[in-house]
Amino acid sequence: MTEQDSTGKKVNMQGVFPMAPVSSCSPESPHPEMMPARLDQPFAEGFMESPSGRIPRVSPSLRTEDRIGTIKARIGVGRMVYTVDPGLYALGEPDRNSPVLVTANYKMSFDSLRGALLGRSAWILVLDTKGINVWCAAGKGTFGTEELVLRIAAVGLKNIVEHKDIILPQLGAPGVAAHLVKKLSGFRVHYGPIRAHDLPAYLDAGMKATRQMRTKTFSLKERAVLIPIELVGTLRTAAIIIPIMFLVSGFLGSKDFVPNLLKDGVFTAAAVLSAVFAGAVLTPLLLPYLPGRAFSVKGFSAGFFTALLLLFLRGIDMGSLHGVLGGSAWVLMMSAVSAYLAMNFTGASTYTSLSGVKKEMRWALPVQIGAGISGICLWLLSGFFA
Amino acid sequence: MRKLSYLKNVATLTVDEARCTGCGACLEVCPHEVLRMNGRRVQIQDKDACMECGACSRNCPAGAISVQVGVGCAAAVINGMLGRSGAGCCCSIDPDNPSSQGPRCC
Repeated sequence: MTEQDSTGKKVNMQGVFPMAPVSSCSPESPHPEMMPARLDQPFAEGFMESPSGRIPRVSPSLRTEDRIGTIKARIGVGRMVYTVDPGLYALGEPDRNSPVLVTANYKMSFDSLRGALLGRSAWILVLDTKGINVWCAAGKGTFGTEELVLRIAAVGLKNIVEHKDIILPQLGAPGVAAHLVKKLSGFRVHYGPIRAHDLPAYLDAGMKATRQMRTKTFSLKERAVLIPIELVGTLRTAAIIIPIMFLVSGFLGSKDFVPNLLKDGVFTAAAVLSAVFAGAVLTPLLLPYLPGRAFSVKGFSAGFFTALLLLFLRGIDMGSLHGVLGGSAWVLMMSAVSAYLAMNFTGASTYTSLSGVKKEMRWALPVQIGAGISGICLWLLSGFFA
Repeated sequence: MRKLSYLKNVATLTVDEARCTGCGACLEVCPHEVLRMNGRRVQIQDKDACMECGACSRNCPAGAISVQVGVGCAAAVINGMLGRSGAGCCCSIDPDNPSSQGPRCC
């Protein structure tokens, strides 16, 4: 995403008023993006009559299909169609005094919201974020003031509830200017807790969040759930690189091609996979305990020690030039790969700034490329001293 | 768990205390307790914790906070350098052409 200056005043309000009266007497159908949520979505359980027409009803208990969907999204299978219709939903048996909770139309966001509200009734207003989660959509502005104001008007929220309060996830705040929403729609934005899990306590406290509810953590569990998607993406690349390096290693050993493959080729595959493991699994898991602030440094050390361990397990002969060159090659290559993967984990982390990432990349990327290329050169060179 | 903190002295966050009305909207939306109330004005207490999400500046009715907003995602920066807009981070998915990107982070 590109940088943009956001001083809070620059919200693009163009088109808010011309588009708002979607229920005008125009003979054409309403703006397609402002259609009500469909009643026949697989997770809907019947509907509720309301002044704004029929509203799909959903349950706080997630079904097996919902849970499988979450798992598939976490490992990157079919994630792109993982959406719910934007619009209004009834959770349980809401009435005119029930709270209104706003979320994104990424199904995992929607499910984590309703799943947190077991035994409660509420209105859920889903914004059209193109299937992107609240935090990322807020950064892009699709979970934003304009969409919220338009959606409030499109679903006729003022006819559904008597009060003027809407609850947004705190992580939607980068996209929404609460004071402008009040001015444009009459509804007052309350920023709820960061984690949907804290919603019952927040609601019971009269829409008051504790400090702990307002602080974004990056716990072991939160880091761990991000590993599969990173790993799957990286293993796709590894699946191309490993066969190539496997074949090359057949030419680098001291024996014939096939015995070399069995000895060095298998080690090569193990080394590449270990480097991926160090960068995409070990680094996220050990993040707070690895030295340094820059992710590349954390990843470099994870890769470095993994390489040493692997070489030790293999019992590499550091007395021969072949062994020294090969050993150094793998230390360099594995550290570089691990550092690069760790650096890419900045995007999944919850505390890195763009300014910081750019600063890190200015020195880290050249170092990674340099280490990687020198590693490959040493590795190829080791073949001449076999 | 130790508190995770990223690089020092890089965040672009600034507060214009003269314009601050002390409403506290920014304190509520900041996910990392970067700001605190000092009397009737807000001030920065932990600049290095700022992730430049822009929630505070967006929600400041007085326009007293400015920050260069962005997503701290190396994959997105690399894709930007390569001239690709789609692939990389979740935060740079092209909604009009979602199939153009591989699955990443969130």
